[in-house]
Amino acid sequence: MNVTDMKASLPPGVRLGRRLSFVWRPWPLCVTLLLAAATFLVFCVSIGVGDFPIGLPQVVATLFGRGEQVDAFVIMDLRMPRALAGVVVGVALGVSGAITQSIARNPLASPDVLGITSGASAVAVFLVTVSGGTAAAIVDSVGLSAAALAGGLGTGLLVYFLAWRRGVDGFRLILIGISVSAVMEAVTTWLLVTADIRDVARAQAWLVGSLEDRSWGEVWTALWCGLALLVVVSCVAFQFRPMHFGDDVAAGLGVRYARVRAVLLLCAVLLAGVAVSAAGPVPFVALVAPQVAMRLARCPTPPLAASGLTGALLLTGSDLVARTALPVSLPVGVVTAAIGGPFLVHLLVRANLR
Amino acid sequence: MYKSQVNRSKGEPVVAQSVTEAEVGGASRLAARGVTVGYGGRVVIDELDVAIPPGVITTIIGPNGCGKSTLLRTLSRLLKPARGTVVLDGEDIGRLRTRDVAKKLGLLPQTPVAPEGLTVADLVARGRHPHQSWLRQWSSDDADVVERALAMTGVSDLADRPVDALSGGQRQRVWISMTLAQGTDLLLLDEPTTYLDLAHALDVLDLVDDLHESGCTVVMVLHDLNLATRYSDNLVVMRDGSILAQGHPRDVITAELLHEAFGLRARVIDDPVGDRPLIVPIGRTHVQPGHLPAQGS
Repeated sequence: MNVTDMKASLPPGVRLGRRLSFVWRPWPLCVTLLLAAATFLVFCVSIGVGDFPIGLPQVVATLFGRGEQVDAFVIMDLRMPRALAGVVVGVALGVSGAITQSIARNPLASPDVLGITSGASAVAVFLVTVSGGTAAAIVDSVGLSAAALAGGLGTGLLVYFLAWRRGVDGFRLILIGISVSAVMEAVTTWLLVTADIRDVARAQAWLVGSLEDRSWGEVWTALWCGLALLVVVSCVAFQFRPMHFGDDVAAGLGVRYARVRAVLLLCAVLLAGVAVSAAGPVPFVALVAPQVAMRLARCPTPPLAASGLTGALLLTGSDLVARTALPVSLPVGVVTAAIGGPFLVHLLVRANLR
Repeated sequence: MYKSQVNRSKGEPVVAQSVTEAEVGGASRLAARGVTVGYGGRVVIDELDVAIPPGVITTIIGPNGCGKSTLLRTLSRLLKPARGTVVLDGEDIGRLRTRDVAKKLGLLPQTPVAPEGLTVADLVARGRHPHQSWLRQWSSDDADVVERALAMTGVSDLADRPVDALSGGQRQRVWISMTLAQGTDLLLLDEPTTYLDLAHALDVLDLVDDLHESGCTVVMVLHDLNLATRYSDNLVVMRDGSILAQGHPRDVITAELLHEAFGLRARVIDDPVGDRPLIVPIGRTHVQPGHLPAQGS
């Protein structure tokens, strides 16, 4: 490894071997590593907490395969799915939000705004509240999460195609996303108002977003889908970098921007879909995580890795708080907004004072 | 003389003599052959032919909406012509890979945007994108070229500053620097002096002339006719999507042509400080009696 010492003005480069070279930016790298470490710590603490408390060292030992039998059972079979689901959902939401915000060049453009969560909610509530042969059959055959996922993806793609006019324009995307979301939310409200009260309680539980009672099966599916999408995103991300300067500059720098944008937006929709299918519509993470990551890492645009890790930290942290610090056990979705919102406001106010 | 340069039938502009003088350096590197370009159903450029002479500054002028920017965007492959081809170094630009085009042709569009907080060095460094890959994101070549591009445009001292904190003139220098970092000797600039005051506009055009001196072929769109006349060796005058005249400003700029292209009444006099013509526009008011409209130009 060889850190070339450039003149003060330019970022220095790092070269590994003959072909690999990267820009050396210590601060964003440190922030990303710290976020990863913090996420792992919260993840382990979260696993240790419960009716049968396990100390942090034992949790770590068990994770690396050197723990006791009893601990291993509690950790791997009972608590791991929930904790892992938190990380997967957090990363998926953080990265998804970073992509949509970068593409729209607008911090409001989170997947929540683009109709994915509202579409999934509408379908889920519809299936829960409308008693009848077909709805029940769908829920029985594919499961509520999968049906909601299909609804979310369908709505996301609908927004994308409605916003398409010789390419996708950020403002158009947001306006159409908000409009379609409003329609979906109206449908959800209408269904809840007209439905039987017992169904409403079930639907409500799904609507706030929760990590409770995750099975290994659900978590594995979300994990592998999420990982596959992250691989695609990281391959395309390099081509995305000039697109922060607008389509014309990107084209001038040799980027086929329409294709890159279509691929990334599709990945963002699918990642949000993965999150919705694993935890229901957890609000606010996709909006706040990229903005927090951007300010922590001092980057002009949402950094993908740091956004994902911030999302994971926010979600696992919120879940831990939801389970332990509060007198009643709340769904995680309630806490993410309560923690993430003030933190973003704090960062913004601090930037104003400077 | 004027009649001999201009052929009003579409698609057959007669190129003035002095361009051949400029073409001594070799065949044109960039040319449009019979291109028709439109947005939706509206045709903006119709059956247009133009060859960009190498090693000189070519400026496209013409009234608003005549298709200047559309022509530049077509030459740079931002727009795909409905008919006809754009030829870059002997090859159809539409068949080249986007990345290969970017290695030969640098483009500065009209209003580029930079994310808030991005530093000058990072912006200019992005100009290396066509030469980089996922694995090779920052080689020592990149560093050298960016360093040179910063120095050449006189923004080395601003390298650590955020782009949004700069003045309009400095910002334009930085964008030109990014285009230079792309390492092409063919630069297409779409109205590089828009929103700049006259002093900063001159500053940017002096820089463009430095680039030309260092061997670049430059094609730009300008609104200001006197600046275009002063700084270009080859003018392309457009009207209604076709070329009205092309050639050295001394041969092209006449009162008749200005009237025909822009509907502008003007006197063309010798530039007291340069060796090119100077256009003195004549409006309805604030003109001495001898030049009032009734007398004609």
